[in-house]
Amino acid sequence: MSVLEVRGLTIALPPGGDRREAAANVSFTVDRGEIVCLVGESGSGKSVIAQAIMGLLPATLPVTAGEILLEGEDVARAGAPRLRQLRASRMSMIFQEPMTALNPVMTCGDQIDEVLREHTQLTAAERRGKILDIVREVALPEPERIVASYPHQLSGGQRQRIMIAMALVLEPALLIADEPTTALDVTTQAQILKLIQDLQKRHGTGVLFITHDFGVVADVAHRVAVLRLGKLVELGGKDEVLKRPRHDYTRMLIGAVPTLQPHGRSAEGATEPVLRTVDLCKTYHDRGWFGRRREVNAVQDVSIEIRRGQTLGIVGESGSGKSTVARCIIRLIDPTSGEVRLHGVDIARMSAAELRPLRRRVQIVFQDPYRSLNPRRTVLEAVIEGPLNYGVPRHQAIERARELMELVRMDPGSMSRYPHQFSGGQRQRICIARALAQEPELLIADEAVSALDVSVQAQVLELLEDIRTRLNLAMLFITHDLRVAAQICDHVAVMSQGRIVEYGPAAEVFATPRHEYTRALFEAAPGRDFAFGAA
Amino acid sequence: MLNFIARRVLATVPVLAIVAVLVFLLLRLTPGDPAAILAGDAASADQIARIRIELGLDQPILVQFGIWLGHMLTGNLGESFYYKVQVTELIAQRLEPTLSLAALTIVFAVLVSVPLGAIAAWRFGGWFDRALMGFSVLGFSIPVFVLAYILIWIVSLKLGWLPVQGYKRFADGAGPWLQHLILPSITLSVIFIALIARVTRASVLEALGEDYIRTARAKGLPELRVLVRHAVANAAVPIVTVIGIGIALLIGGVVVTESVYAIPGLGRLTVDAVLSRDFPTIQGVILFFSVVYVLVNLLVDLSYVFLDPRIRY
Repeated sequence: MSVLEVRGLTIALPPGGDRREAAANVSFTVDRGEIVCLVGESGSGKSVIAQAIMGLLPATLPVTAGEILLEGEDVARAGAPRLRQLRASRMSMIFQEPMTALNPVMTCGDQIDEVLREHTQLTAAERRGKILDIVREVALPEPERIVASYPHQLSGGQRQRIMIAMALVLEPALLIADEPTTALDVTTQAQILKLIQDLQKRHGTGVLFITHDFGVVADVAHRVAVLRLGKLVELGGKDEVLKRPRHDYTRMLIGAVPTLQPHGRSAEGATEPVLRTVDLCKTYHDRGWFGRRREVNAVQDVSIEIRRGQTLGIVGESGSGKSTVARCIIRLIDPTSGEVRLHGVDIARMSAAELRPLRRRVQIVFQDPYRSLNPRRTVLEAVIEGPLNYGVPRHQAIERARELMELVRMDPGSMSRYPHQFSGGQRQRICIARALAQEPELLIADEAVSALDVSVQAQVLELLEDIRTRLNLAMLFITHDLRVAAQICDHVAVMSQGRIVEYGPAAEVFATPRHEYTRALFEAAPGRDFAFGAA
Repeated sequence: MLNFIARRVLATVPVLAIVAVLVFLLLRLTPGDPAAILAGDAASADQIARIRIELGLDQPILVQFGIWLGHMLTGNLGESFYYKVQVTELIAQRLEPTLSLAALTIVFAVLVSVPLGAIAAWRFGGWFDRALMGFSVLGFSIPVFVLAYILIWIVSLKLGWLPVQGYKRFADGAGPWLQHLILPSITLSVIFIALIARVTRASVLEALGEDYIRTARAKGLPELRVLVRHAVANAAVPIVTVIGIGIALLIGGVVVTESVYAIPGLGRLTVDAVLSRDFPTIQGVILFFSVVYVLVNLLVDLSYVFLDPRIRY
């Protein structure tokens, strides 16, 4: 018998949405000891299905048809008390962002303890023993200290281990993992994926693994189910789906995954350098009252150079200092020492007044297109605000905005609308148009495609590449994603703990990484043995 | 931890110093001559001048401040012009009724408003939520003295359940003490219930939208535990903050409430002192309230550390 059998599951959306059903007639099974990956882009309904299984859906999303059989019992029809019994004991769930998924004001040990107190009759001493056991099993160091810690005192990977410990402490038959590694760094992701696989093998747990990342699918799945707009379009064994996708949509998704092979475009040409940093440093001081001082070297001795028409990628994990470099270059923060030379002029120490005329020459596009546009201003206002500040007459700025909208392949007629009326990819295009409106010489993209679905990501990358060649821009591309870096960069600088550990032409760095950290990053890249982008 | 507490306590010193300067200046700069008041209507200019010298009011203002500050620091708030006793003694006598009223009000308000606010958030948009929000608008709008007279009229005069006015010392029995305080406390607490319930509702509502609530439910916890241990616990910081603000606002409310219910507390003392230009008493009372307020703030600040382990100063 399958651990989980979903039959003809249909979940209604509130009226007035873009479609009638969040999930329509979805059927699949998860067997004991099996990992089934549920893959889809945002809005495909994958998380809704996961929450339906756990009985966690709000009343606005009712299950209107179908069955969800957990070890033969229909949980879609189960009452609230029965669902509470089943949760954590027979089915468990872990979530994407372990920082927010854990209660910040409760110790990790207490949070695991809650599960045992609710579902077992164990004494306090027995519970404590069990908590320490499971914490050891998820390979956390110093279990005694960990259980007494609050979530914020742990790293992202450790927090996710706590979530896994909490989910598996009662050995449920089914584990639902909803994008459990999406918020983690690539090396941490590799460790967590391995942990989930180990535990699942050891306990024979059935795992429903929800992800948007085909690299992860290639690494962990036994079987794959592909969702599109609430409908299951393809279901089959991993190799079958990844290597011989039958449905066009699956083919498109797999084709959109960037390869780890660099593009191999020639990066030569004696153009003049637009930007050069010399020994750029940024140090943060933590001032205590009674002289306790702590120094954090966020960026140390970073020297990079970007020439006109070239793209430099800075690759690194969270906390590596890559975004701090970008912020120093654009002078959103002041560098502690070193030079930032824009066409040979050092702007690192310029006063705000001196800097002002130069500001428009460097523009930036941020990661989250949902939060980097003011929701109360129309797209037109957002795009022309910069030029207006620099004295461009309004009619001229509007004219330019129209051209730019066409350049980023958006309808100029939609400029009177507000940001919330656009999708994530469209918003990122708007942000790019806004940056270009200032006619910059250097465009900084700070994780500009990281929040986007893979198919949208491919389009935006292509757009950036097109703009770079057409306008002959210098581009600084900051990313944690090696695949993305391989697609767009001519040169790559790998950063770790505030320093550049490897710097060179992209083709060289990807072909023969010299520094061990670079090698570790490549090792950890999910699905590295799988030739994506060729399908 | 001790280091942290020591730092917070030290940080109150400059605040208290500024309060002292302001209190001193405020009364020196207001029109009206205390010597003239003290001397009475029939006094001659000579008599007034003599009193002024006796009181040190002829000295330069900086000297006056020095002398005054020295007295303050030794706990000497001076002698009341009007009552002719030490201000410290006066405050001590009036402290019990005010303290009883304030404490009872705050305890009652918190016990009522926090659960109400939490339930309203939990049943967001339902009839309970809307009823509470309606009540809270009413609670904010109704003046304290109007509510006081309405309650007296219904509960004391029509129903005869509770005494109309007055105060009984706690030492004379807890029963009569409580009986005399029930109506004033309810009167005074209405606005705080409205305020705290609103803030509780808003911050619990925010907490309920967080991911860890979903985690708690995914663990199979009962709703009550999800609400109390996960939602309210995370909403505690804004709630405690507004309770702290409530205690400060209470000082204003006490003045009116004590007048209506004829309670011989600090509120009444303040009113009487202001009306009779009793400078040492006014200064003493203001200073006393300021210190209380600074201490309440200190406690609120310190409580954050226990309520949210992420907060470290």
